[in-house]
Amino acid sequence: MLDLGYNATLVMIGAGLLGIAAGVTGTFLFLRKRSLVSDAISHSTLPGVGLAFIVMVAFGGEGRNLFGLMAGSALSAGIGLLCVTWLTTRTRLAEDTAIGAVLSVFFGAGIVLLTVIQNMSAGRQAGLESFLLGSTAGMLRIDALTIAGGGALVLALVVLLRRPMTLSAFDAEYAASLGLDNRRIDLAMMGLVLGITVVGLKIVGLIMIVALLILPPVTARFWTERSDRVVLIAGLVGGVAGAGGAVISASAPALPTGPIIVLSGFALFALSFLFAPNRGVLAALADHLSFRRRVHLRQGLLALAQGQPVYEALTLRLLRRAGLIRRDGVATDAGRAAAAKALLDERRWQLLRADLASETAAARYDGLTPIESVLTPDQVATLDRALRPTVAS
Amino acid sequence: MALPELAAENGARLDDPARETSPFAIRGLTVSYGGAPAVFSVDMTVVPGSMTAIIGPNGAGKSTLLKAALGVIPRLSGRVSVLGQPLESQRRRIAYVPQRASVDWDFPTLVLDVVLMGLYRELGLLRRVRRAHLDKARDCLARVGMQDFADRQIGQLSGGQQQRVFLARALAQEAELYLLDEPFAGVDAATEKAIIDVLKSLKAEQRTVVCVHHDLSTVTDYFDRVFLLNKSRIAEGPVAQAFTAETLQSAYGGRLATAQIDQLSLG
Repeated sequence: MLDLGYNATLVMIGAGLLGIAAGVTGTFLFLRKRSLVSDAISHSTLPGVGLAFIVMVAFGGEGRNLFGLMAGSALSAGIGLLCVTWLTTRTRLAEDTAIGAVLSVFFGAGIVLLTVIQNMSAGRQAGLESFLLGSTAGMLRIDALTIAGGGALVLALVVLLRRPMTLSAFDAEYAASLGLDNRRIDLAMMGLVLGITVVGLKIVGLIMIVALLILPPVTARFWTERSDRVVLIAGLVGGVAGAGGAVISASAPALPTGPIIVLSGFALFALSFLFAPNRGVLAALADHLSFRRRVHLRQGLLALAQGQPVYEALTLRLLRRAGLIRRDGVATDAGRAAAAKALLDERRWQLLRADLASETAAARYDGLTPIESVLTPDQVATLDRALRPTVAS
Repeated sequence: MALPELAAENGARLDDPARETSPFAIRGLTVSYGGAPAVFSVDMTVVPGSMTAIIGPNGAGKSTLLKAALGVIPRLSGRVSVLGQPLESQRRRIAYVPQRASVDWDFPTLVLDVVLMGLYRELGLLRRVRRAHLDKARDCLARVGMQDFADRQIGQLSGGQQQRVFLARALAQEAELYLLDEPFAGVDAATEKAIIDVLKSLKAEQRTVVCVHHDLSTVTDYFDRVFLLNKSRIAEGPVAQAFTAETLQSAYGGRLATAQIDQLSLG
């Protein structure tokens, strides 16, 4: 185990809680397909950071007070969010255009302010640029507690609002018919994202916070088909990435915290992308190959049963490997039995599909599914009685 | 002394007694996308326990009327009342089945979860989903013949099956009034039969059903009342009176050939 020491442990807990809260909040943003709004929100924080610093110094205070900087960034991010909303609803601009415009203008203004601050003599401005990429260096106990507390508060609010947010994301019209106000739900969701952004500025930095909101839900989506589990897994992924990234970056002096946290999250994403069952890339490839094998085998068997020649090399190889044909292409006993069974199955399916009343069962026809897996033995027997004239011959 | 009868500009009486008992009464509803009204000053009085088809040509504003009345999209003017009360206070009496296109089908949700959304009013923000809720959701799925699909992701179903799940979600609301937007559009024959059977059973339970409907050939079989719409109201009443060659001609204009009207074999 790493001997972290008191401060690093504090940072790890803070970053872990932030990661959980960000993953859970980001899930709803992801489900609502509005992930990019978080990018506009985070970039809009920068002028607020600069202005808050200037104001605090002007009043003779400590310019780097985290509370003050968070309040300033929340204010300017809120204005940025309102600009995006206003541009989208009141003009003909699409949301992505509005996001691009707001993001770049606010970020530009913020950079100008930071440059001005750097030329100011007062207020120990060094370290303000760490809000861009995040840093745990020189973090105070109160800072870590603020981050942990803010993250926990946002998390509690997300739990409270999870049902309306899910409903609105899945089917906004239906939600409206129940009397839910989609606009207010969206606004609340964006407010929570804003909260996460402001809380996470210090550790992750405004450029990287988007990743902490988006990577966890995208990673979680590989593992489940249920939204409540996406939320839980995203929280887990965010927590692990946050805490793990903080530990790694604390272990070496020169590593920036935000990028390391994001890369930790990406590592979890890459693992899921490759290895998740069902939705992962390798599982999909395996599915495809096994499906192709089944199709070729089935087509080969049907061809054998009807005395047609098989030309495709893959089909021949599969049949031979399964011991259904001999080297010279003649069917073995097992092959003849399997071919007869395949043909019978096909005839049963055709009969079933001609019957309007069994439409639900018939809808499962794909040329591959054995009919016994869809019908009861009794139902198969009924089909066979209807088939008898042809089967008996 | 009896009060003199008050008449609004469009002829509807302002103290209309039918409005007090109607489970869904619309007065003077106008909706506009941008400039021109999509629906103009529509009055509609749904009769309790009836099955009403809202019909009209493409772009007549049928879905718009329903959505605006429910507050899904904003309206320029108009009031909607449920049993004489403002709609807002009576939402629990209403269940809405939107068009299938309104949904994100890759959404991570199982069929049973979709039906549980119909219990939102019961569950509220924090109440836990209990066995009774799950049983109720399964019952509703069984009513539309989808009980075997409870654990599928919603996007894996066919269009007709998705439509049935939406109907099951509305059934879970145990509403008195069911509003459906084109429930038969693009569904298979088995689904059409399953849906109409459920709707008729709702009617048998004295509940009220209103459907936006596009297939004129099934109107007489499925419904007992029609509401003809083309931007404004053309006709409203029992099928025998309001679904005639003349009303259809004035709703559809040249878009409906005389031959088609003849095929409907109306009086």
